[in-house]
Amino acid sequence: MNDMGPVQTIGVPTPLVDGPEKVTGRAMFAADYCVADSLVGRILRSPVAHAKVKKVDVSKAREIPGVKAVLTGEDCNQTFGVLPIAQNEYPLAKYRVRYRGEPIAAVAAVDVATAQKALDAITFEYEELPAYFTAEEARAEDAIDLHEERPGNIERDVHYDLGDVEDGFAKADLVMEEEYQCAEIAQVQSEPHATYAEYDTQRDKLTVWPSTQVPFYVHLMLERTLEMEKSRIRVIKPQLGGGFGCRTETLNVELICAMLARAAGGRVGLVVSREETFITHRGRPETAVKMKIGMRADGKLLAAQSECVQRGGGYSGYGIVTILYAGSMLYGIYDIEAIKFDGYRVLTNMPPPGAMRGHGTVNMRFAFEDLMDRMATKLGLDPFAVRRANLLKAPTFTFNDLMVNSYGLDECLDWVEEASGWKDRKGKLPPGKGLGMACSHYVSGASKPKHWTGEPHATVNLKVDFDGSVTLLTGAAEIGQGSSTMATQCVAEVLGVDMGRVHTISSDSAITPKDNGSYSSRVTYMVGNAAVDAANNLKNVLTEAAARKLEVPPDQVECLGEVYRAGTQDEGLTFDEVVMEALRDTGTITVKGTFTTLPESQGGKKYRGAAIGGTMAFSYAAQVVEVTVDPDTAEISVDKVWVAHDCGKALNPLSVEGQVQGSVWMGMGQAMTEGTRYHDGLGITGNMLDYRVPTIVESPPIEVKIVEAEDPHGPFGAKEAGEGSLSGFLPALTAAVADAIGVRAADLPLTPDVLLKLMEDKARADKKAAAQDSAEVA
Amino acid sequence: MSKSMLSLTVNGRTRDDVVPDNMLLVDYLREVVGATGTKVGCDGGECGACTVIVDGKARHACLTLAVSCNGKAVETVESLERNGRMSALQRAFNEKLGAQCGFCTPGMIMASEALLRHTPNPNDDDIRRELAANICRCTGYVKIIESVHAAVAETSAKEAAE
Repeated sequence: MNDMGPVQTIGVPTPLVDGPEKVTGRAMFAADYCVADSLVGRILRSPVAHAKVKKVDVSKAREIPGVKAVLTGEDCNQTFGVLPIAQNEYPLAKYRVRYRGEPIAAVAAVDVATAQKALDAITFEYEELPAYFTAEEARAEDAIDLHEERPGNIERDVHYDLGDVEDGFAKADLVMEEEYQCAEIAQVQSEPHATYAEYDTQRDKLTVWPSTQVPFYVHLMLERTLEMEKSRIRVIKPQLGGGFGCRTETLNVELICAMLARAAGGRVGLVVSREETFITHRGRPETAVKMKIGMRADGKLLAAQSECVQRGGGYSGYGIVTILYAGSMLYGIYDIEAIKFDGYRVLTNMPPPGAMRGHGTVNMRFAFEDLMDRMATKLGLDPFAVRRANLLKAPTFTFNDLMVNSYGLDECLDWVEEASGWKDRKGKLPPGKGLGMACSHYVSGASKPKHWTGEPHATVNLKVDFDGSVTLLTGAAEIGQGSSTMATQCVAEVLGVDMGRVHTISSDSAITPKDNGSYSSRVTYMVGNAAVDAANNLKNVLTEAAARKLEVPPDQVECLGEVYRAGTQDEGLTFDEVVMEALRDTGTITVKGTFTTLPESQGGKKYRGAAIGGTMAFSYAAQVVEVTVDPDTAEISVDKVWVAHDCGKALNPLSVEGQVQGSVWMGMGQAMTEGTRYHDGLGITGNMLDYRVPTIVESPPIEVKIVEAEDPHGPFGAKEAGEGSLSGFLPALTAAVADAIGVRAADLPLTPDVLLKLMEDKARADKKAAAQDSAEVA
Repeated sequence: MSKSMLSLTVNGRTRDDVVPDNMLLVDYLREVVGATGTKVGCDGGECGACTVIVDGKARHACLTLAVSCNGKAVETVESLERNGRMSALQRAFNEKLGAQCGFCTPGMIMASEALLRHTPNPNDDDIRRELAANICRCTGYVKIIESVHAAVAETSAKEAAE
């Protein structure tokens, strides 16, 4: 009896609770609902990048037999957008089109062929306007405004000047400045966008299955754009084939599908192509960064100054938040006070980017870390020593008021240095081989929600009934990251029961509590805490029931998970017996748990937009990348990556490893091969061959160390695991290439053609210098 | 579009269907057979999510006409479970987190299945070569390679015990 105890779940490598469905093919993704007897939705897209809409003539399309609905911008009365202050997009273009591929009409028909015929029968009359494909063109003085309310095509400019930057530069032993250019990249999540919608004409009710990370936001935008009571709408998130931020705002696909279903009075499946998914990419914007850093001879950072220009698209999306993150997250990782930042988010006639994994921080971190590495070289310092000279001491607040309560970066540095054999191998590898390192961090959710309603940041419900099972209801969108598994673990751990007792149901607006969605790595911290709170509340109910039955005060009841007893000699009550006692008089038990962020975590007020970046906890990561560069072809092979990630308590070490490997690898794609390309606004990389996602062939082993600097407020001490180690790869790669062949890259992706040119430039420069030297000697 | 008679086996069951000549195998499987485990992740031959086994060999079902499978044996991810028990590969992908979002997984598992049939003890290079046409965006492939090795280890341990 004495050896029995609560089942331990937290900290145990745990397969995903929905894993069996995924490996057997039973998991239902949005497109899998569509193959049933439903209408086929299709979208007609703009052939021009910028134009006034004169007429979209759909009269012929409507006459085609089998066509059940045809919609245009005339059917759209309301705009949508993820930020309440930037809702300037119609589901179907109404007065203007602002990028090539923007939806202008949509049809629902009995089959694909008929739908295509209907699209072909639609004519689009327009008056072309000047189109801008670069931030520079859109910012030019004579450029016309894409949106009246955004003069000069500036979506948002952000400026802060904290501390004494000039003094910092004056006192620095070394000041260096560099310009960086990062290509636009896309998430290319495995599943193309898809939505299935069913409109019930009898009851005037709409049910939508969107491929989204944010079912709650989709619900709000359906209410707004369909001008329909939100109580008549039900949003059910199906299995999701990845997100990475691509679907962290409502997309036109979802709204168009619902509109078609209502117009046709039935069921519509709208599955868009991979090319259309690229057009609706909401990826990381093309970014130009000017970075200037002042450093003391011992590596201490004294000041930084940075300008960031992001090429946005034809609509706002998350743009304002992206440029704010770019500035605020210069802080939070190192001990530095004086930073000046000028950020510009520009509207152009391109498909809008969005909030891709590492939102706003990645290209800035690349520039900052790469420049630190260059300066370390110049000062003759080890890059590890430079990082160690600037570590934060938790608990603290950064100079822009970000709260830092846990900080494991020092331990991350120690591990990657040791595991990679840095001290023995750095500088001693054969020609063409090199090592590079860098650090990174990320938020565990934004402490200030976009839709401020005064509600808690997360709510979890638990139901317990006669069968002794615990049903966990959460709005947290399971997108493949393992949120349902995480919530299940939290509840099982608190109750001390096997996870098999817990059934988790997620993201059905008719059943589960509202959740803001899966983005900015908020779910483990916020929903995890709400799940712990709910489970504690349930445990109290059960403990009180056990106390009644055992006839002892509740504080004398010991919970062993499957057994509740009063003292070690007591045989105790089984979980089922306790549940039956708890049900007496009250019936089915439902309890709730919530989580709300601390006010002091919600960022500062030192400049406009300073709340962005405020979070309950930061994750930290360090990584070492080893490369081989082919001297003839300039091809880079990544031989190995060592990464240490501080995620606080690792609730599920298996998932943490998977998230960290995926992040590092996604950073590798951006650093080496990925980048969208356009011709006059027309995407020419709209497939997975021309847009080069790394295959298994060139993907390296990635060794992960989990560092657990437990956070005082995280669930069991946990914090973010799915984004923080991405951005470090980029500067670690450029540093490794510099170590290998002495060439420094500032533009990404570092494809062989780009690197070859840099190598040739260097060879010419070296030759010239050698010639000058010999001339001087002579 | 003219139609043809298609006689084949899908996951061991004989079927006779009349299908349009231009129907892709993937559409036939998903829409006619109702086997939606096979996924479509791209516009043709880019991602490998639709990988199935035709007469023992891995094939992109999105690059294969259904009628070209007349008289052949087609296997999809739904075929791997035996008496309600997942195959060694399925268990390994589940337990080693070879599947995160799960969308590429059916294709990834069928490509791995094809590999293990002709190379029962693959090394890392064998796995990389055989899965080169299957894109995963979640895992960085590390745990996919581990999953294939784990399936092999489990199968060999079982065979040794027998």
